[in-house]
Amino acid sequence: MPGQIQESALTRIPRPRESAFALGLRRILRAPSSRVALAILATIVLIGLLAPFIAPYDPAAQPDVVALKSLAPSLAHPFGTDPYSRDVLSRVIYGARLSLAIGLLSTLVSLTLGVAYGAIAGYAGGVADAFMMRVLDAFLAIPRLLLLLGILVAWPQLSIGALILFLGLTGWFGLSRIVRGQVLALKHAEFVTAAQALGASRRRILVRHLLPNLISPIVVAATVGVAHVIVLEAGLSYLGIGVPQPLASWGNIIQDGADQVAALWWMSLFPGLFMVLTVMTLNILGEALRDAHDRR
Amino acid sequence: MLPYFARRLAQAAVIVAFVAAISFALIHLAPGDPFSAVMDNPNVSESVRQTLRAQYGLDKPLPEQFARYVGSLARGDLGWSFSHDRPVLDVLATALPNTLLLMGVALVGSFSLGILVALIQVARRGSATDHALSGVTLLLFSMPEFWFAILALLAFTYWLPIFPVGGSVDAVMHDYMGLGARIGDRLRHLTLPALTLTVLAAGGVARYQRAALLEVLPADYIRTARLKGLTEREILRRHALRNALLPTISLIGLSFPALLTGAFFIEKIFAWPGMGLAVVSAISSRDYPLVVGGVIIGSIMVTLGSLIADVLYAWADPRIRAH
Amino acid sequence: MTPLPPLLSIRDLRTYFYTEAGVARAADGVSFDIGAGETVGIVGESGCGKSVTALSILRLIQPPGRIEPGSRIEFEGRDIVTLGDEEIRDIRGNRISMIFQEPMSALNPVFTVGDQVAEVARVHAGMSKRDAWDRAVEMLALTGIPDAQERAKQYPHQLSGGMRQRVLIAMALMMKPALVIADEPTTALDVTIQAQILELLVDLQKKIGTSILMITHDLGVIAETTSRVIVMYAGEIVEQAAVDELFARPHHPYTEGLMHSMPHIGHDQERLNVIPGTVPAPTEWPKGCRFRERCPYSWDLCEREHPPLYQVGAGHVSRCHLAIEPERRNSPHAPLVVEEGVAAA
Repeated sequence: MPGQIQESALTRIPRPRESAFALGLRRILRAPSSRVALAILATIVLIGLLAPFIAPYDPAAQPDVVALKSLAPSLAHPFGTDPYSRDVLSRVIYGARLSLAIGLLSTLVSLTLGVAYGAIAGYAGGVADAFMMRVLDAFLAIPRLLLLLGILVAWPQLSIGALILFLGLTGWFGLSRIVRGQVLALKHAEFVTAAQALGASRRRILVRHLLPNLISPIVVAATVGVAHVIVLEAGLSYLGIGVPQPLASWGNIIQDGADQVAALWWMSLFPGLFMVLTVMTLNILGEALRDAHDRR
Repeated sequence: MLPYFARRLAQAAVIVAFVAAISFALIHLAPGDPFSAVMDNPNVSESVRQTLRAQYGLDKPLPEQFARYVGSLARGDLGWSFSHDRPVLDVLATALPNTLLLMGVALVGSFSLGILVALIQVARRGSATDHALSGVTLLLFSMPEFWFAILALLAFTYWLPIFPVGGSVDAVMHDYMGLGARIGDRLRHLTLPALTLTVLAAGGVARYQRAALLEVLPADYIRTARLKGLTEREILRRHALRNALLPTISLIGLSFPALLTGAFFIEKIFAWPGMGLAVVSAISSRDYPLVVGGVIIGSIMVTLGSLIADVLYAWADPRIRAH
Repeated sequence: MTPLPPLLSIRDLRTYFYTEAGVARAADGVSFDIGAGETVGIVGESGCGKSVTALSILRLIQPPGRIEPGSRIEFEGRDIVTLGDEEIRDIRGNRISMIFQEPMSALNPVFTVGDQVAEVARVHAGMSKRDAWDRAVEMLALTGIPDAQERAKQYPHQLSGGMRQRVLIAMALMMKPALVIADEPTTALDVTIQAQILELLVDLQKKIGTSILMITHDLGVIAETTSRVIVMYAGEIVEQAAVDELFARPHHPYTEGLMHSMPHIGHDQERLNVIPGTVPAPTEWPKGCRFRERCPYSWDLCEREHPPLYQVGAGHVSRCHLAIEPERRNSPHAPLVVEEGVAAA
């Protein structure tokens, strides 16, 4: 335009050259809330990892079903004992191990399924895509807990592995939508046509353009997904169809004390606190990651 | 608007059809006889077993079984609940209104509360109040529903015995009360479970609404409003909120699954005689038809809720309504 | 500057932005007047501080920016910089209005156009909904919107860009303000509509008698609508003159460069002309004259001393040392403009 010469000076403030990911990570860690959250989460993960070394007692040991039954918190048993005379603190520590593991593994399953399904649907397009999306809608219409109830009640004795599998099988719907959206957007993106015109192979386009755009939603979905599963597994265990006894998961411990909730208050309080802490920190980090991505 | 509504209704129907298929798959994917718990249970009478066999045509080929299944669903036949010794539909139909009451109150309450909190936060963004409320909403949002319900139960029925321990009415005295007392009795029993569910859900709504408001605030039309000389409060309430409420309407549709799930746990803990309690009890007695029936009804409810929310959104956004 | 007492008098306006990269002195000592019924133009490229100046007049600067103490904006006997919130809200939309360049997004999508225009009257004149609506429809008709009664009931997305801008103009003029600030009102519009909108503004100004502060980067708009021009560069005023005087005798090399960059009809040209170099960053205005690095005439004085506004003619000032050593204009050491894409020699 006549008279207009250069772009705004205010937008030319020099910036260091860093990959978007590293920049995002730095931004996340700058906020004190994220740092605290990360620290707390890392501690809990560490507790879980080191469970065999730091748990004061064997979580399944039932030393004295008469004398040590249902004791309130004391120096010897800081979190008290349960109706089977097991030390609750040790069970909570092992619970961290198990609940976190379940969360992580099932989320991995969900991520794989979600990305695969979404990518295929987006890439295929047309009728196949429409059909796949309808099926997805149907799965989304069933609340996850209900779906799990339907599945888990049919199988009376479920192994941990199967539990993880089913948890994973029910958690991929949201992510696959996002992935599909990205793939669709990419299919029609101008720069893809340009790249193709330049002779770039499909795989190259996939790797160089699709993957970077997917990393962020996947990471966010993973973080939030683990949080969801932890709560879900606890709920299922509380209802008696989650982690099988005598294994210790946070939900199981609460279930053990469910009959006398007021009398055995320590059995509800401590596992719950750990759960809330874990989920809160995961949510904080997940949101920080999402913000960092959006602001890119 | 009508064609949009018709389209969404058709979509919902398709979804329900798929849900039926999924339920069917659920029933038959289990190892062995889907009703092995029933079949092997000596307490179940032979006539019930015969009924079940005939009903589900367990010896017929799968596609035919599916057809019969869909047929019975269409007739409203959801199977037989042997733990209640009544048709599944019967059990659920009696329980459903209680769940709807609980969810309805929680829906209205949580959205009102959540939007209010979000407004307060945005009006005082950056202040200590904003940070404190952010912490609270995050806590509520991260809390497992059943744990929160247990704490609420402990707090308000044991430690501070304000509310009754459970049920929807006083088990003994209710029928002898006059009308006013009966209503009061119902309300007293409804309060704690409804409040628990409301507060939990409000956390999520507040976070969502706050984000929506903050997203709207830098918009050009907000600047225009400021130029007209409106106060910040008027700008927030009149211009920003009206736009930021639109995504919240979508949230209503999205929150049905969570509300239903929450209701399930709350009903169990407070012994509230709704669908959730029925299904949860069915778990311990391995009353599979009842569980699957609950899955179907729950899914239909969620689909309908989402449908209503979408239609509401289309009505509320003038950009869509005009076309 | 003007024979009548000025309507708006800005003295030493400094608006700074405190960013991570440093303090951006977006408006750095801006002073000028606007008289009643006058149309004054501010011209300059993006980033020169013209929009910031405009926003400062209505105290619309948000953190991390702020109007530095010591700045004075006198309007109708009061200093806008130190007014309370309620008083400034009283002025906005009422005594001073503003029109922006993005009509597409400046209107709230969920309210009718009529509602939004009427809102001004409800807020400032306490009118009833009925009366405010009627007045709004009147105003919409005045801005040339056909079938204003029906249009007022429509939503922004149902109107074209040109119509939306007319709505915004109607909104701005509802209370017959003393001053209307128009920040690039036509930039986002089609070329054919631009002329119409400008005509409308000039027309309404005559009818209602408001002053207009026209902010633009387009010399053509300046030529058509204003009577006095201010040229801004790097947060400062670098030249000010009556419009005819400025076009006939531009003094400051930057103004000269702007004039020479305009393509002329009938003149064959392969590429556009641009002033070589780039605008310095607002966090680091150079010492001395801020234009010297791109100026074809600069010499050592230009680096040593920041030039004041010299009087170079009747009602004509220029922030350039050439005022005291005019002969240097005959010996440029660099081209004033170069073809776009060609590096400066």
